[in-house]
Amino acid sequence: MTIWGYRLPGMSSLLIWALLWEIVGRSGYSFFVPPLSDVVSTLIQVLPSPAFQKALYETGYAFLAGVFFAVVIGIPTGIFMGKNRLIDELLLPWVNIFLSAPLTALVPVLMVLFGFGMKSIIITTTLFAIWIIILNARAGVMQINRSLIDMANSFGASPWESFTKIYFWAALPEILGGVRIGIIRAVKGVIIGQLLISIVGFGALFELYSANFLMSHFWAVLIVLFAMAFTISEFLAYLERRVSYYAAKR
Amino acid sequence: MAMPQIKEAVAPAEPDIAVSTRNISKNYGDVEALKDLSLEFPRGQLTSLLGPSGCGKTTLLKIIAGLLEPTSGEVEVDGKAVTGPGEDRAFVFQDFALLPWASVLRNVAFGLELRGVAKSEREARAAKYINDVGLGGFENAFPHELSGGMRQRVGLARALSVDSQVLLMDEPFSAVDEQTRRKFQEDLLELVAVENKTFIFVTHSIEEAVYVSDQIAILLPRPSRVSEIIRPAGLRDKDVDNIRRDSEYLDIVDRIWASLRNYVE
Ligand SMILES: Nc1ncnc2c1ncn2[C@@H]1O[C@H](COP(=O)(O)OP(=O)(O)OP(=O)(O)O)[C@@H](O)[C@H]1O
Ligand SMILES: [Mg+2]
Repeated sequence: MTIWGYRLPGMSSLLIWALLWEIVGRSGYSFFVPPLSDVVSTLIQVLPSPAFQKALYETGYAFLAGVFFAVVIGIPTGIFMGKNRLIDELLLPWVNIFLSAPLTALVPVLMVLFGFGMKSIIITTTLFAIWIIILNARAGVMQINRSLIDMANSFGASPWESFTKIYFWAALPEILGGVRIGIIRAVKGVIIGQLLISIVGFGALFELYSANFLMSHFWAVLIVLFAMAFTISEFLAYLERRVSYYAAKR
Repeated sequence: MAMPQIKEAVAPAEPDIAVSTRNISKNYGDVEALKDLSLEFPRGQLTSLLGPSGCGKTTLLKIIAGLLEPTSGEVEVDGKAVTGPGEDRAFVFQDFALLPWASVLRNVAFGLELRGVAKSEREARAAKYINDVGLGGFENAFPHELSGGMRQRVGLARALSVDSQVLLMDEPFSAVDEQTRRKFQEDLLELVAVENKTFIFVTHSIEEAVYVSDQIAILLPRPSRVSEIIRPAGLRDKDVDNIRRDSEYLDIVDRIWASLRNYVE
């Protein structure tokens, strides 16, 4: 964006929204919207507080564990589905069902099955992320150029070698795309899980703040969460661009 | 059963056969691609498979490579039956089949990598063949930075670097421009002369087949058999620059066209 010949840095439009927020907050329009400056100063107080650190640690732990399982199970499953018709026909209907299913409704069931703790949150996170990762890895494998596989076979590649040296790399652009969307969904999963179970991590923190009407605390934590999710997504988009040089030329 | 008629069998002594295919049939479901095809490939020579599109040339080449199982019949390389891909054969692909995420060096070394050669050794060997095919200086380039002709040189270097006895080439020059193609044909003749390898070469082009081959097998449309084997015997000793003006060359081109034109609607 350029104004009066000046090139503005990316996302400078956020400044306008920040200003608007400040004005609405100062007007005392609603108790729920404290001025942005209050939120920011609360944010600076809250960040080092033990309650926040604990919530961050627990959320980060559940998030990373959930994403880890989604990636480690999802990518090979997707690749196998793309390689093998039989596995594909067995699993594809389930993957599609779960991809579009309202998973939030499953969380109470998970709580009954796995208890009210970390385990349920991790599983929720994995369930949110894994389906799109599987589908994308599968799509990546299905568009592989047949002659690359013939080439590897003609030089005597073992199944493991063609998996690690051909299939994985040829599908990498799609896999990374899937992981990026999967991770965005995992952020939702981990927060929804914590809100519903609400005794750990940010779920507990939200519960505490809203019960005590600490609105600037509430907003401060929300901003932190949004910023983290956005950063992760941008980082993955950057990785995707790193492999895009060959994505179009396979 | 239609035996291949061998016209012009001018082999002076019993030729040394590197690859032989016996009574190969291949069905894809209901489609009979090859039927009872027998053909022998003399060692150290270049044999072209020539025939109309869809007649099963690629199928035959992949069966020889061990990438496809014939429905019946067998392939022997050096007297041993083929059961799968082996170190005695290397394939050059029509679409090059390069790894887009790997440098020229790694692509050329990839055959050796899959055959378990240690990194330093395979890179040294790859570097030599990169120079041989005229790509010195491009070791660290990526396939998408190369022209079609250069990409096929990479594919060729990869196949040469594993030093297999038999080179299987599926229309290797069809995706490059005419000038590059002519240069490739000359280089190929030189390669056949210096390397004592057996070349099996698929092409659509009658001129190309006559220009580069010691032996041309003409395949008929599906279900495919060998209809004729032609040996442009006199051409190999002639100067590369004059072959295309040679009367024997022109005669053979005409004769092949005469026998193929019936099948081209
Ligand atoms: N995987 C497959 N499944 C079914 N039919 C196939 C398959 N591969 C090839 N065919 C059929 O077998 C026949 C021979 O195919 P092939 O690719 O060997 O022909 P070709 O001589 O190499 O043709 P071209 O000159 O166009 O490359 C064709 O009619 C094709 O339709
Ligand atoms: Mg073909």
